[in-house]
Amino acid sequence: MTNQELKDSILKIEPTAVLDEGKQCLNLTVAADKWYSLAQQLKGNKELAFDYLFNLTGVDYGDTLGVVYHLESTMFHHVIVVKVSADKQNPQIPTICDIWRTAEFHEREAFDFLGIQFTNHPDLRRIFLDEEWKGYPLRKDYDPSVNTI
Amino acid sequence: MGPQHPSTHGVLRLVLSLKGEMVQKVEPHCGYIHRGMEKMTETMTYQQIIHLTDRLDYLSAHMNNAAVCLAVEKALDIEVPERVKVIRTIMDELARIASHQLWWCSFGMDLGGLTCFFYGLRDREKILDIFEETTGSRLIQSYNCPGGLMADLDPNFQKKVKDFIKYFRKILPEYDELLSGNIIMMERAKGVGVMSKEQAISFGMTGPSGRGSGFSCDVRKHHPYHAYDRVKFNEVLRTEGDTYARYMVRLDEMRESMNIIEQLIDNIPTGDVAVKMKPIIKLPEGEYYQRVESARGEFGVYIISKGEKNPYRMKFRSPNFCNLSALDTLARGQKIADLVAIGGSLDYIIPDIDR
Repeated sequence: MTNQELKDSILKIEPTAVLDEGKQCLNLTVAADKWYSLAQQLKGNKELAFDYLFNLTGVDYGDTLGVVYHLESTMFHHVIVVKVSADKQNPQIPTICDIWRTAEFHEREAFDFLGIQFTNHPDLRRIFLDEEWKGYPLRKDYDPSVNTI
Repeated sequence: MGPQHPSTHGVLRLVLSLKGEMVQKVEPHCGYIHRGMEKMTETMTYQQIIHLTDRLDYLSAHMNNAAVCLAVEKALDIEVPERVKVIRTIMDELARIASHQLWWCSFGMDLGGLTCFFYGLRDREKILDIFEETTGSRLIQSYNCPGGLMADLDPNFQKKVKDFIKYFRKILPEYDELLSGNIIMMERAKGVGVMSKEQAISFGMTGPSGRGSGFSCDVRKHHPYHAYDRVKFNEVLRTEGDTYARYMVRLDEMRESMNIIEQLIDNIPTGDVAVKMKPIIKLPEGEYYQRVESARGEFGVYIISKGEKNPYRMKFRSPNFCNLSALDTLARGQKIADLVAIGGSLDYIIPDIDR
């Protein structure tokens, strides 16, 4: 599918989604409460068939936190970048690890480094850092001196 | 099991739930060599980051470096000379062979065949010698840099590579004789740790491990970079999805890598080995993603730049991290000894998981 066709079919599924063509890929921004149902469609829809989540990144944008999902279809090889953002005080984003299994570890990583709460995640614990670690190191306002090793 | 265990080839702790000898659940505990690389990149320039990516998957140092270089070059719209593209391709494939050799020898050793270890290391040494002559380093070379290569090839390079391929084509059938057809090895690998194609895609299990399940995920084929669009090679795929399939994929990939090198080694274009770059690179504001095929799967670099000399956020998509997440599914219902074979067939490198 070309980017235009992708745009049309995604807007049919989720009219509130915002799509723009970046320098490299098609970007899609969607609200956190709409994300789970859209994710199901992105994978389940036969024409879209985004079955391969090849990257998941947590980002601190300054005033908000966000998660960037890189998706590809192994059948059609089209790529889309989905961005979901959350409020910094209470960052909640629905988990998609039952749709793409690889997300389970990646979401734990984003929780570990940025403190993003993935709702309904089966096992949301720190994955790399110690359970007693204070704060979230990849946040821009993180103070490294609170943890002494 | 672990963090100090001979079969994990690094510091990884696996918490096993067992019923007798049968594995009910595997829970990996990562982070023993977590170095906070993604955080470190936020205070480093792009030339400095090259020396970090070496130390992720140290057996795929060339490919990891290339991913960062390609991302930077793409962002700045720089076209590297043809000579650079060809040399990078050859170096990547040499690194892939060396990595698979080390995997083969340690996989044999995991299953109790100590001879493999000496065979594999003996042959890998020849590639490391070639690397040393040109790059000055054997393991973590930092040979790629944004804009090209750190140095030109050694005058002996072509001859040495050709000698190696001639030698290794003769030796590779011995690998098969020693291990592939061995009845003990087959009993321990066939039908052990089976993963379907759908599962492999869902887990993002790439590289030889994913291709053993029939997941066509070769970045060199689907999103060509370097000189991969002009060489002929097959993507090795098998459908069984078990430990033996993953084993065979790697062996066949060594043959494919040699084919690629042979197509390029005699016609390396002449010219410069680097484009002149500024000492401090500032990427224009935006987001950049670059994926390459490392020896263990798809390695990706995601850069968010705000126009500064260092990235605002940099994420490494490490193939081993994704492959590790599939370990629980692969090992459930198998014996503890099978877990060793499965872990060996996934070929994980711990620094790449922990980052």
